[in-house]
Amino acid sequence: MLYRENGQFKTTYRADQQIFPILQDRIVVGLFLLFAFVAVPMLASDYLFRAILIPFLIISLAALGVNILVGYCGQISLGSGAFMAVGAYGAYNFFVRIPGMPLIPALILGGLCATAFGILFGLPSLRVKGLYLAVATLAAQFFSDWMFLRIKWLTNDSPSGSISVTQLQVFGMPIESAVSKYLLCLGILVVIALLAKNLVRGAIGREWMAIRDMDVAAAVIGIRPMYAKLSAFAVSSFIIGVAGALWGFVHLGAWEPAAFSVDFSFRLLFMVIIGGLGSILGGFLGAAFVTILPIVLSRALPAITSLFGYEMSTAGVSHAELMIFGGLIVWFLIVEPHGLAKLWSVAKQKLRLWPFPH
Amino acid sequence: MAFFLETLFGGLMAGMLYSLVALGFVLIFKASGVFNFAQGAMVLFAALAMARFSEWIPQWTGINNLLFANISAFVIAGIIMFAVAWLIQRLVLSHLVNQEGATLLMATLGIAYFLEGLGQTLFGSSIYKIDIGMPKEPIFILDKMFQGGILINKEDLIAAAIAAGLVALLSVFFQKTSTGRALRAVADDHQAAQSIGIPLGRIWVIVWCVAGVVALVAGMIWGSKLGVQFSLTTVALRALPVVILGGLTSVPGAIIGGLIIGVGEKLSEVYLGPFVGGGIEIWFAYVLALGFLLFRPQGLFGEKIIDRV
Repeated sequence: MLYRENGQFKTTYRADQQIFPILQDRIVVGLFLLFAFVAVPMLASDYLFRAILIPFLIISLAALGVNILVGYCGQISLGSGAFMAVGAYGAYNFFVRIPGMPLIPALILGGLCATAFGILFGLPSLRVKGLYLAVATLAAQFFSDWMFLRIKWLTNDSPSGSISVTQLQVFGMPIESAVSKYLLCLGILVVIALLAKNLVRGAIGREWMAIRDMDVAAAVIGIRPMYAKLSAFAVSSFIIGVAGALWGFVHLGAWEPAAFSVDFSFRLLFMVIIGGLGSILGGFLGAAFVTILPIVLSRALPAITSLFGYEMSTAGVSHAELMIFGGLIVWFLIVEPHGLAKLWSVAKQKLRLWPFPH
Repeated sequence: MAFFLETLFGGLMAGMLYSLVALGFVLIFKASGVFNFAQGAMVLFAALAMARFSEWIPQWTGINNLLFANISAFVIAGIIMFAVAWLIQRLVLSHLVNQEGATLLMATLGIAYFLEGLGQTLFGSSIYKIDIGMPKEPIFILDKMFQGGILINKEDLIAAAIAAGLVALLSVFFQKTSTGRALRAVADDHQAAQSIGIPLGRIWVIVWCVAGVVALVAGMIWGSKLGVQFSLTTVALRALPVVILGGLTSVPGAIIGGLIIGVGEKLSEVYLGPFVGGGIEIWFAYVLALGFLLFRPQGLFGEKIIDRV
C-alpha cells in the first residue's frame, strides 16, 4: 500500500539512473540522514557516542571497503586489519612529521598509504585465487604487525609502537567532544558511502562483479583482470585505510599495533559476510551486528545470571560471549547464507505486495 | 657449518610439528571442501581436555601413575573430540552443504569462537601443563665430525617421531582400509561417490573425527612444549602457510610443506633476522609460501586448478 513504484514514471535518463529510483526509498533515506545528523547529536548520551555510535560508524566504513574487495570483486581478504594499521600509522606520520598538517588531508594521505600497501599485497591475486589468496593476504597482516612493532621510524621511535595523537581539529573547530567526533565520522562515512555506491553502479563496478562471477569469462569478454583486481584492491584499501586512521585518531586516540590484529581482520570479513556480500547496506547491518552484540552481551549476561542467583566472573562472561557470538555466526549462516541484506530485500519484496498479496 | 646444521635440524623438527597441524586442515578440505579455520580451536580444546583430565584422574581414582593418567586422559579427550566432530557435522555442516567457500570458512570461524569459549568455560583458562614424560635434556650427535657436535633437543626428536608415526598410520588407513578408500572416493568426487552408495554424511563425520584425533596429538605435543593456554590457537595460523605451500588437497604436501616452512623460518630468523630487527619468522613463512604460490598457484602438490568457461 505504502511502498509501491506504480505510477512513478521516469521521463529522463537522469531520473532513470538515480541511486534510489523509488520515491519512498528516497524519503526514508532522507529522513534517516536527518535523524543521524540532527536528532542523534541532540538525544544520545556521551556513553552511547563513545562506546557504540563512533565505533559503529568507523567499522561500517571499514566494512564498506572490505565489501568492495570481497563482495564486489570476489577476492577474499584476511588482511583488512593490516590495511587499517597502515592507514592509521601513515596518517600519524604525516600528522606528526609535517607541522601544521590539517586532519582531513592527513586522513586522506593515510588512506593513500594504505592504497599503495593494498596494491602491493594485491599483486598475488593476479596469480593466486580463492582460499589460497585468502591465506596469502594474511602475509600482509603479519607483515604489518611486525613492521609497526620493529621499524621504529614508522612509529616516531616510540617503544613498542604505541603512539597517541592530540589536538585534532577540522577547519579550526576542535574535535574533542563526543558529538563533534561523531559528526566528523558520520560526514566522512556519508561522503565515502556515496562515492562507493556510485563506483559499484558504474563501469568499474560492473567489471569487478564480472571478475567475481568468473574471472576467466570476464577476461574473455575483454575485461582486464589486472586492472580490475588491482583497482578493487586500491579502492578498498583506501577506504579501509581511512577507516583505520579514523579508528586510531578519533576512536582510540592512543594505540599500538595490537589494536589492528588478525582478529580484527576476521571480524571485518565476518561482518561483510553476515551483512551480505555485494551490498552496501549489508556492510552497515553487519557492522551494527558485530559492534553492538558484544556490548549488549557483556551487559546483559551478568544481569541474566544474577536473576538465577549466580554471579558470573568477568572471565566467565567473556567466554560465554565468545560462545554466543560463535553460535550466532553459525546460526545466521545456516538460516540465511546470503546475509542480512538478503533478509531486508525479501522484506521489501513482501512490503510491495502488502496488504494484498496475489 | 655445525651451527648451520643445528639450525637446519631444529627447523626440520619444528616443521614436522607444523605439518601435524596442517594435516588436520588438509584432511577436512580434501574430504569436504571446507577450509577449517577451527583447527586451531580444536587443538586448544583437545589439549585443554587432555591437560585437565590427566590432572583430575589421579584425584578421582587415587591412582598416582603418570602413564595411567596420561593414557586414560588421552582416551577421554579422544572421545570428547569424537563427540565434538559429530556435533559439528550434525549441527553445522550438514545444513551448509553446497554453500560457497567463503560462507563455510565463516561458519568454521564461528565454530572456532564457540570452541574457544566452551573449552575455557569447561576446563578453565589459566596455563596448564601436559606432562607425558618427554625427556628434556639435549643430546649431541655427529661429535666425531664437528667440534662439540650438534645439539639436538630430545623432546623435539620424539615429537617429530610421533608426528611421522601418525602420518604413516594415516596413510595406511587411507590406502589399505575400505573406509579409507571411501574417503578417497569422496575426496575425488562427491556426487560420484554418493551415487555408488557411499554415505556422505558418515564419511564427513569420520573425517572430522580423524581431524579431531590429529588435533589431539598436535595439542598434546605442542601443549607439552609450550604449555596449554589460549595462545595455542595461534599454532593454526603458523600452520596455514604450510597448507597453502603444500597444496590444500595433498597429505604429502602438508609434510613437505611443513619441512620447507620449518627450515625456512629458522634459517631466515638466524641469518636474515639480525639485519632487519628480528621476529621475522611468522611473516617470512607467509612470504615464502607466497613465493612458491607465484610459480604454482595450487601449491606444490595440490590438484591443478583448471578453469572452464
